[in-house]
Amino acid sequence: MTTASRSMAVEDDAPLLSVRGLTRRYGARIGCADVSFDLFPGEVLGIVGESGSGKSTLLACLAGHLTPDDGQIHYLSNDGPCDTRTLSETTRRRLMRTEWAYVHQNPRDGLRMGVSAGGNVGERLMAVGARHYGQIRTAAEDWLERVEISAGRIDDRPSAFSGGMQQRLQIARNLVTGPRLVFMDEPTGGLDVSVQARLLDLLRGLVRQMGLSAIIVTHDLAVVRLLADRLMVMKDGRVVEQGLTDQVLDDPQHAYTQLLVSSVLQV
Amino acid sequence: MPATQTAESAYNFAYLDEQTKRMIRRAILKGVAVPGYQVPFASREMPMPYGWGTGGVQVTAACLVPEDRLKVIDQGADDTTNAVSIRKFFERTAGVAVTTATSEATIIQTRHRIPEEALTEAQILVYQVPIPEPMRFLEPRETETRKMHELEEYGLMHVKLYEDIARHGEIATSYAYPVKAAGRYVMDPSPIPKFDNPKLGQNAALQLFGAGREQRIYALPPYTDAVSLDFDDHPFVASKAMHDCDLCGSDTSYQDEVITDDQGSRMFVCSDTDFCAGRRARGLFGRLGVPDAEGGA
Repeated sequence: MTTASRSMAVEDDAPLLSVRGLTRRYGARIGCADVSFDLFPGEVLGIVGESGSGKSTLLACLAGHLTPDDGQIHYLSNDGPCDTRTLSETTRRRLMRTEWAYVHQNPRDGLRMGVSAGGNVGERLMAVGARHYGQIRTAAEDWLERVEISAGRIDDRPSAFSGGMQQRLQIARNLVTGPRLVFMDEPTGGLDVSVQARLLDLLRGLVRQMGLSAIIVTHDLAVVRLLADRLMVMKDGRVVEQGLTDQVLDDPQHAYTQLLVSSVLQV
Repeated sequence: MPATQTAESAYNFAYLDEQTKRMIRRAILKGVAVPGYQVPFASREMPMPYGWGTGGVQVTAACLVPEDRLKVIDQGADDTTNAVSIRKFFERTAGVAVTTATSEATIIQTRHRIPEEALTEAQILVYQVPIPEPMRFLEPRETETRKMHELEEYGLMHVKLYEDIARHGEIATSYAYPVKAAGRYVMDPSPIPKFDNPKLGQNAALQLFGAGREQRIYALPPYTDAVSLDFDDHPFVASKAMHDCDLCGSDTSYQDEVITDDQGSRMFVCSDTDFCAGRRARGLFGRLGVPDAEGGA
């Protein structure tokens, strides 16, 4: 992929994902309302906000797990632009396993716990038609190495892995088909800080190396500081502030963002 | 209702009432029209426990006509409890002729085997199926597996085979080996040994599969492709025990291993008793075969 050229020429490229007026209601209450943004190729967008602010609802709508009530989501796929809301289910599911990836907060949601690490990584390859065992295995070994899991553990089940390893395995499983857009829901949630740091390091490396576009939902400001180019702050289902990460974090404008930034514990 | 007079006239012909048979025949027709697709049907309570072939019995009942000659096999044998009971059941409730000879039968209900002898266009093979969903143990949600069938997302089937090779060095699935029917639906051929898989495709007989507890019927029409799934570098192999039958000497049939004492002695015998008896009647004997030996040793 044209990694370097992509990130250099961000301004010239059309947005990879273009969202306008996205709304999802749960009955009378709103999940998220009137969210609009553009995500450019090679860009990482962070979404922060407190629990219940609608970040996960927004991510689920974007990834096609929930149906939005209103608004448009335009995605620029390899086959040309498309509206993911009107896409046929066949095409959407194909996108989901080729061009998109979804990293769950709990690795148990994203992994097959009864299947070996190699099988977990290979599943997406087999889903897109790989039928050569040797090649699938080589790809799986390669990816395990890239996420710092020793190739000797390829036949172990994820249940024998630590939480951090499970999360890294989930990332390998998602990236093996070379997706363009990765959705991450609290990728570091539930991990202790030293493991978090390693995972973030790894993610940052992979995102830059593969030129991935990513949307990361988190409540951890350190995560977005490290990974995200741009930041969106949500409160009560609405976006209250967005801008470059450093700008938002160093000079918060909205009262809620100021509160959020000042609430971070200093060690 | 045009109930044919039977041996036990308290029952309708072949036990089931005509409306039920109609419902099952509809499911069978749909199954034949869409090979490998699991058609839901309203499975009835049968006078036998689930797991004893309630699905197969209902399909057989719906297909039977008074002129039929029925053969029932269980693991290839005509003389096991399950086979004997089902054969008796239809003798009593339908009064049809029964046989143990594969070539004479018009309907063969089977559990876990396809007869060794090639079937003909005039025959129907009815399978008893415990779990019709080939992806059940990989994806427990029925809603999800239905969606996967609908969208032809069968990558998961290969994950199962991948796991086999990773753990055992080869595809160790030796029965209920998944096949792709007519290039579309992946189906579970019921727990037949994979030795029998090559006989599924392009078979002259109509093959019907009934799962009573799971309430599904599916079918392979005559001369339909059924391709066993595999990897390019680990092709499908129809395996069997590397022995000749000890009774009839056949080296091409599928064999059961029988432990004969506690000193480690064992013998291998054809699982298809009719095939084995036929060979012995023609004077072919194996290591332990004697002219008047009874089948089953």
